[in-house]
Amino acid sequence: MVAQILFLVLTLAAIALFTVNLRKIIRNIRLGKSVDRKDQPQKRLMTMLRVAFGQSKMVVRPIPAFLHFFVYIGFVIINIEVLEIMIDGLFGTHRIFNGLGGLYNFLIGSFEILAFTVWVSCAIFLIRRNILKLKRFSGVEMKSWPKSDANYILITEILLMSAFLLMNAADAKLQLLGSAHYVNAGAFPVSQYLINILPSTEGALVIVERSCWWFHIIGILAFLNYLPYSKHFHILFAFPNTYFSNLEPKGEFTNMVSVTNEVKAMLDPSFVPAETESGKFGAKDVTDLSWVNLMNAYTCTECGRCTSVCPANITGKLLSPRKIMMDTRDRITEVGQNIDKHGAEHQDGKSLLDDYISREEIWACTSCNACVEACPVNIDPLQIIMELRRFAVMEESQAPGSINAMMGNIENNQAPWKYSPADRFNWAEEK
Amino acid sequence: MAELMAAGEEPEILFWVGCAGSYDERAQKITRDICKILHHVGIKYAVLGTEESCTGDPAKRAGNEFLFQMQAMTNIEVLNAYNIKKIVTGCPHCFNTIKNEYPGLGGTYEVIHHTQLIQDLINEGKLKAEGGESFKGKKITYHDPCYLGRGNGIYEAPRKALEVLDAQLVEMKRCKSNGLCCGAGGAQMFKEPEKGNKDINVERIDEALETNPQVIAAGCPFCMTMLSDGIKLKDKEQEVKVLDIAEITARANGL
Repeated sequence: MVAQILFLVLTLAAIALFTVNLRKIIRNIRLGKSVDRKDQPQKRLMTMLRVAFGQSKMVVRPIPAFLHFFVYIGFVIINIEVLEIMIDGLFGTHRIFNGLGGLYNFLIGSFEILAFTVWVSCAIFLIRRNILKLKRFSGVEMKSWPKSDANYILITEILLMSAFLLMNAADAKLQLLGSAHYVNAGAFPVSQYLINILPSTEGALVIVERSCWWFHIIGILAFLNYLPYSKHFHILFAFPNTYFSNLEPKGEFTNMVSVTNEVKAMLDPSFVPAETESGKFGAKDVTDLSWVNLMNAYTCTECGRCTSVCPANITGKLLSPRKIMMDTRDRITEVGQNIDKHGAEHQDGKSLLDDYISREEIWACTSCNACVEACPVNIDPLQIIMELRRFAVMEESQAPGSINAMMGNIENNQAPWKYSPADRFNWAEEK
Repeated sequence: MAELMAAGEEPEILFWVGCAGSYDERAQKITRDICKILHHVGIKYAVLGTEESCTGDPAKRAGNEFLFQMQAMTNIEVLNAYNIKKIVTGCPHCFNTIKNEYPGLGGTYEVIHHTQLIQDLINEGKLKAEGGESFKGKKITYHDPCYLGRGNGIYEAPRKALEVLDAQLVEMKRCKSNGLCCGAGGAQMFKEPEKGNKDINVERIDEALETNPQVIAAGCPFCMTMLSDGIKLKDKEQEVKVLDIAEITARANGL
């Protein structure tokens, strides 16, 4: 009874804490500017099913895709087992689903195999990060916390899977001993090999089984509450992020409505613009970005596929699309903390541009869309870069000199070079 | 175009030449070859001549939405005044801008890139590869322009235009949706690159040269500049030619 109450309290506390943090993140995302991403629901649903559920963009790199698939499928399917653990925990039952008979054995057997593949995949991931030191996982933005974060996630998953398998092994041994509480249920294709390393007395086995059971479920609840602080948040946000992702051709950049109104008014003085959201042009800080940009930042799991294909980054420039996303997340988190501590009106005098992302970074971009193409969850770092450029150019007139010259040429000669408009047709004459 | 209009005629298609195609000496050759192809197949086409002006693409990518929309609206006024329905461009940047970004500002046209036109003409049997220079067996590698490939998902048209040559097509390691940028996009064409350890066009040329090509095929005047500069830097101008798909098509047909 005490155990059941303890379980209930822990579960409720974990869910409550997670809800509080999740709501904060959603509030932070809503600080972004509005953008309509509710059109074409069917196409959006298909995109989410294909890209997030179907992992379609992962296959470009087969080895991590293969390993990630095991971890992903393991995560999704082993959650059925968590349901049983929850019911058992609340009602003091043991393996409540065993009435399913053959199906139950099949399920438990499958969970074990999946748990094993998750274990192995995570171990390989750790090796890739820490021993093979793959280039994709390094970079200026991958020091300190982001580096530890990745390792904590992998180690936690290995520990959770170990506890799950060890728990099953103890259970299986107790079943063999004919222990009263441990009904014959489940199949143990993996944990049967662990039986020999366990103690042989019933009392010790119960301790092992119960410890692993508690460790496993407390671990899951703790991990749930780790998510909002971690890059691992992608396991939840990958779904809305792909659903609300851009469906237009990647080459198409948004036309700013506020500018259209001004240009129309300039060309036709009788034009009266409809009321629109006023504000600055482009983005200086995260709150000038759209909510989709901010959701992108919370979704990023820092895999670095974007940076590894960025032509600027490949050739040694400062720009790293992954850093753009991480900076955006760090800054929006900071803005959110400011609101919590000092109220909504507080200004800390900092901004995304300059305090997090430098001018050198935004001007190194070739807008080639390789980062957008590479992202397995449809994150768009390019849009953030473009918004920062818009602010630099339209609000501050702070573009590199040669860019100013190019724009001057377009204004005066209708071409980015300094040629006379009268000579535009000369190509037809010379031969 | 003004002349056709005065004569009370309408073109089947408007050829949008673009700034590079109008002023850049190397790109002017491509422009003339596109005209030769149009002429060869007997399409009634027109150009805007001095009435054409920059689409605003480099201004937009640099962040100057004002200048972009000023350019766009001026161009749309001209295009709509001539009742233009279909446009072929010689440049993926013009293509992308007119096709995707003009409709929202009141300019809706059927827009194709010249490699798509060439593919269509080949499919219709109006264009072959005969009567000119033979590319048979030659090693050709095609460089995907970002605003044609990733930007608009056009990977097959330029390749189809090359397949008809009976040449040996080889792909670079990074091609199609994974293609590496030449380094000119996003208004980089008009500025010095930021500090780094290599220029992007050199990285790309190194990769192209790994395929041991005789021809590097391009479909964009900016890629053309970047790749040609790379080839010059590597001192390979004699062995390797950088040619636009339109130039290759024109040569193969003896135009």
